[in-house]
Amino acid sequence: MNVYDFPDKYGHFGPYGGVFVAETLISALDELRRQYEHFRNDASFQAEFAYELKHYVGRPSPIYHAKRWSAHLGGAQILLKREDLNHTGAHKINNAIGQALLARRMGKSRVIAETGAGQHGVASATVAARYGMECVVYMGSVDVERQAANVYRMKLLGATVIPVESGSKTLKDALNEAMRDWVTNVEDTFYIIGTVAGPHPYPMMVRDFQAIIGREAIGQMQEEYGRQPDVLIACVGGGSNAIGLFYPYLDSSIRMIGVEAAGRGIETGEHAATLTTGRPGVLHGNRTYLIQDENGQIIETHSISAGLDYPGVGPEHAWLKDSNRAEYVGITDDQALEAFHALCHYEGIIPALESSHALAYAAQLAPQLATDQLLLVNLSGRGDKDMGTVAQASDIAL
Amino acid sequence: MSRIATVFDELRRQNRKALIPFITAGDPEPGMMVPLMHELVKAGADIIELGVPFSDPMADGPTIQRSSERALKHHVGLKDVLAMVMAFRQSDPITPVVLMGYANPIEAMGYGAFAMRAKECGIDGVLTVDYPPEESAEWVEFLRSQQIDAIFLLSPTTPQARIEEVAKMASGYVYYVSLKGVTGSFNLDLSDVANKLALLRSAISIPIGVGFGIRDGATAKAVAELADAVVVGSRIIEEIENSPQAEVLTNVHGLVKTLRNAINEARTK
Repeated sequence: MNVYDFPDKYGHFGPYGGVFVAETLISALDELRRQYEHFRNDASFQAEFAYELKHYVGRPSPIYHAKRWSAHLGGAQILLKREDLNHTGAHKINNAIGQALLARRMGKSRVIAETGAGQHGVASATVAARYGMECVVYMGSVDVERQAANVYRMKLLGATVIPVESGSKTLKDALNEAMRDWVTNVEDTFYIIGTVAGPHPYPMMVRDFQAIIGREAIGQMQEEYGRQPDVLIACVGGGSNAIGLFYPYLDSSIRMIGVEAAGRGIETGEHAATLTTGRPGVLHGNRTYLIQDENGQIIETHSISAGLDYPGVGPEHAWLKDSNRAEYVGITDDQALEAFHALCHYEGIIPALESSHALAYAAQLAPQLATDQLLLVNLSGRGDKDMGTVAQASDIAL
Repeated sequence: MSRIATVFDELRRQNRKALIPFITAGDPEPGMMVPLMHELVKAGADIIELGVPFSDPMADGPTIQRSSERALKHHVGLKDVLAMVMAFRQSDPITPVVLMGYANPIEAMGYGAFAMRAKECGIDGVLTVDYPPEESAEWVEFLRSQQIDAIFLLSPTTPQARIEEVAKMASGYVYYVSLKGVTGSFNLDLSDVANKLALLRSAISIPIGVGFGIRDGATAKAVAELADAVVVGSRIIEEIENSPQAEVLTNVHGLVKTLRNAINEARTK
């Protein structure tokens, strides 16, 4: 098997990725790429990153065997990579720390971030507080309203949250606004992108910082089970937790499944299943699959999970799909909710709605496989932030 | 010779500078576009930059974002914009029209289909904000095959080596973004512009337009003393936004005329 070595030096994953931004951002991205290429191979940078992941985030995150749920489903064994146990409650913190350490070495005193559900905003606000940097988080005004608790968390951590009123007032518009801030304040500002999208080097850099998930899993699987899993499953919005798990496994032949948000059902048009239904195009600095109309306008997406509610997807996933290295499937809001409740019930774990999509697909797949098969699901975040949404879906007032 | 080159040649002979107003196609409403384009020419526009509405205008400030949203309410897509230019061409075969916008509507149509259709409709140049030179080799080939100029942006942070790269690919004119930030920003620093233009001229032989931050006659005149063309966008969009529909043509005419007169007073060194 060929050794996987994407992206190329211009940030291309096959036809995807690249640097599709206005001239005003080019020099900032060049500088970021040069600095990252340097620190990526710098032992003291990597040592500090590892130290922070261990002592501040609480890594390694364990692999937990969901025995009762697996027995109930009656098939393959479901193992959970417990990113929900990280400080701040999701995998987002891995990348936020990596980028904050890079920002410090680049002498930037101010960080900005975009956020949808608020998890990446909270992670960014957290690391800004940890390292004493100013932090501004852009968040669509629709999301500000539906994620009030996370907005307050960011404010407690000292960040300024700016509601974005343009466009659909959600994650994609927050990203546009963060880009506009960056282009205006590029001298002192570092833009912490939260997923494996955006212009090169972001998709590569965020992947590298999240790859700790898969690297740990390889060691833990060997140690605890004496072998690697048969299938990897992770949810995909932009796709950072999925790439984090998949990337260290790319040179193997282990089956990989990315689970997108099918929302109210693919046929309703109200979903965020980009790789399943989208077409290649250019948005937010990279070429990738997009949910768009016949004129190339980006269409508003829907998912019960704000973190998957994005009309694009990381370019590396686009490439893994086209090259048939990974499969991508859809799970509806209702199916995700069912898996959410199942994990609460059988395992005493409240998963994030994003991760519940991956769990729901595992629940479909497990009964089709023998009981000695191992499914490793990335439990990318915890569901505390989703209390309001889940209660509402069950018509319960909190 | 392309219409753009012809215009700049003629202006050079007259020792005058070009005025390039920018409007968004479909704003305030699609039916007004052709009359508005003709009005721009009557008021003294040399070239028209026509914005293609896009759902995610990442490099634009609030003014042009709003104009894009108004146009999208009328579902104005790239096909409609091309049709508007074709209608404009029925009675104006001379004034160059440059499309300015984002990559994705073009990606959706396809390079080949777009270039062919753009030529048929009388488009003279295309500036795609998020196609930097590194990603543009194939794109520029398609434009060239239809004799359409590829317009590129240069910014205060563009290093010299890159300027030389752009010089190889660009035709028609280059568009120097005179300040950091998004469209509609303030605080244009004229001495910065003068210094940078001197550097640009050492590498670039085609005309250089300057835009971003030009909001009045005085600034337009000062920029015209340095550059070959003055691009004004957000200020014109504001005029459209703040005018009752029945007065849009008159008010925009008045503003463009003021800018024209100011530019005509510019003395070049």
